[in-house]
Amino acid sequence: MAVTLSPPRLLPSGDAAITVEFSRNIDDAANQRVLALDRALTEAPVSGVTETVPTYRSLLVHYDPTEIGFDALGEKMISLAQHPLPPTKKSRRWRIPVAYGGEHGIDLEDFAKRLNTTPDEVVARHVAGDYRVAMIGFTPGWSYLSGLEKFLHMPRRQNPRLSTPAGTISIGGVQTGIQCLAGPSGWHLLGRTPVRTYQLHRDPIFLLEPGDRVTFAAVDTETFADQDRAAEAGEIVAELIAA
Amino acid sequence: MSRLIIASIGPASSVQDGGRPGSQRYGLTPSGAVDRLALAAANTLVGNALFAAGIEIGPFGAAFTARGGAVRIALAGALRNTDIGGRKVAFDTSATLADGETLTLGFARGGSFSYLAIEGGFEGEPMFGSFAVNARAGLGSPYPRPLQAGDELHTAPASGAAEQRIELPAADKGPIRVVLGPQDDEFSDDAKKLFLEAKWKISPTSDRMGYRLEGPVIKHLHGHNIVSDGMVNGSIQVPGNGAPIVLMPDRPTTGGYPKIATVISADFGRFAQIPAGTGFRFKAVGMAEAQEEARKFAKLLHTLPDRLRTIEHFDLNIEALQDANVAGSAVNAVDTGTWQ
Repeated sequence: MAVTLSPPRLLPSGDAAITVEFSRNIDDAANQRVLALDRALTEAPVSGVTETVPTYRSLLVHYDPTEIGFDALGEKMISLAQHPLPPTKKSRRWRIPVAYGGEHGIDLEDFAKRLNTTPDEVVARHVAGDYRVAMIGFTPGWSYLSGLEKFLHMPRRQNPRLSTPAGTISIGGVQTGIQCLAGPSGWHLLGRTPVRTYQLHRDPIFLLEPGDRVTFAAVDTETFADQDRAAEAGEIVAELIAA
Repeated sequence: MSRLIIASIGPASSVQDGGRPGSQRYGLTPSGAVDRLALAAANTLVGNALFAAGIEIGPFGAAFTARGGAVRIALAGALRNTDIGGRKVAFDTSATLADGETLTLGFARGGSFSYLAIEGGFEGEPMFGSFAVNARAGLGSPYPRPLQAGDELHTAPASGAAEQRIELPAADKGPIRVVLGPQDDEFSDDAKKLFLEAKWKISPTSDRMGYRLEGPVIKHLHGHNIVSDGMVNGSIQVPGNGAPIVLMPDRPTTGGYPKIATVISADFGRFAQIPAGTGFRFKAVGMAEAQEEARKFAKLLHTLPDRLRTIEHFDLNIEALQDANVAGSAVNAVDTGTWQ
């Protein structure tokens, strides 16, 4: 069955990068096309392309303008985007342990109250989700997940916090995410994972890839503490349930 | 083994090289020297690879002492009063510190960053192929943080090679060129016109993540939130308060504010050198011109070794070199007189 896909928009990001935009919104179909184009460029590299950055709605393609110009590269992007590769690679699936609530998730109770429900219900719904790594960005290992059920959507906080802990699992708007390093965040903090999505001197340094599947599993604070020590020593502690 | 001891150094000074591109898809920023031409010129003077690690020195003064043997260095980038034990040293030249001698640098003039290259480089453990400091991610070598007094760089003894100067092209004092986009359609024609016609200043709160601009308020057409997408060095994002921020090499990899334009790669180093408080303007150019400038810039980088001249003792007249603006021609990013 031949399907004609609409062409993406080609937006110049200076003279050495093109933003290949599939949508202006957070859009699952657009994200699938972003990841498909990213995969096409991995499987059949285009000379002059130096690296790619997938996001929810666009693929940023960095290139060397001494090797390929904007017009030639743009034509290639349009052609690849309109004739996507059939999905051959099955995505990996991870189970990520999370200690929800209490000191590890200081916003959980308030979050539940705003939804007129209980913290247990929020946790049950969050672990029931089947998520996809839509993009990794902002700071090393910060993984933005799509697939959050509507019931759990919640606008970001009015006042972002300047510091939130490493390993925070949070919800912001229609997204949930895994934050690796301590840093600022305006999202609601539901829990913490001992999993390091970025860890120097570990193989692999970056655990997750855009396109990977993720589910969460609730663990108690003792398990969290044990796994946190193991992770600090270089263990992955996330469970790879399908490769 | 010789050592270069950091006797004193100001903030915003760190080891930088060509950076670590290639992991932006994991949220890892590329880092690297803000003025690549100046780093490459300094490295060329001492026979290093163009983007070998050197010291990026912020606007304040600094001093370095050789211990355990002689150390051969070179300086490029923002000009400063410089001497080795009372002997004047010109920018865009190499020089050798004998064991125990101290290189003293004053405040930067006409630019923000100077680069000190060390012949043969120095010891360290590259992370993702780079020594560049990115303190937030715990990266950088030999110290994963900005340099401070007492730090030591371990290097090979000076080769004794003849000292060199490098003839760089005259400084471009024109406006900083940009390509509009990727989100210029989030701004009205009037807002874009204002952005391109205004006189801007770099805010003193700027750093290697981003330069904040002081000038008129640039209003959005549809609000300041967009769904996050990728950013590059030189992306000019406009947050809710309407004050543009130009993203620098320690920037986040993605961001959720509309980006009105992007500084062209050939002008990025020149832009990065503009001192806080100095006025400048932007000018929009087309993609063809921007990419032609990128090709010219790449050619300049790769022909730097052809611009070396051996220093004869009798032609080393520092003042004459500086007056002729041969030294430091990579900087003087803007003609401050024009805008005042």
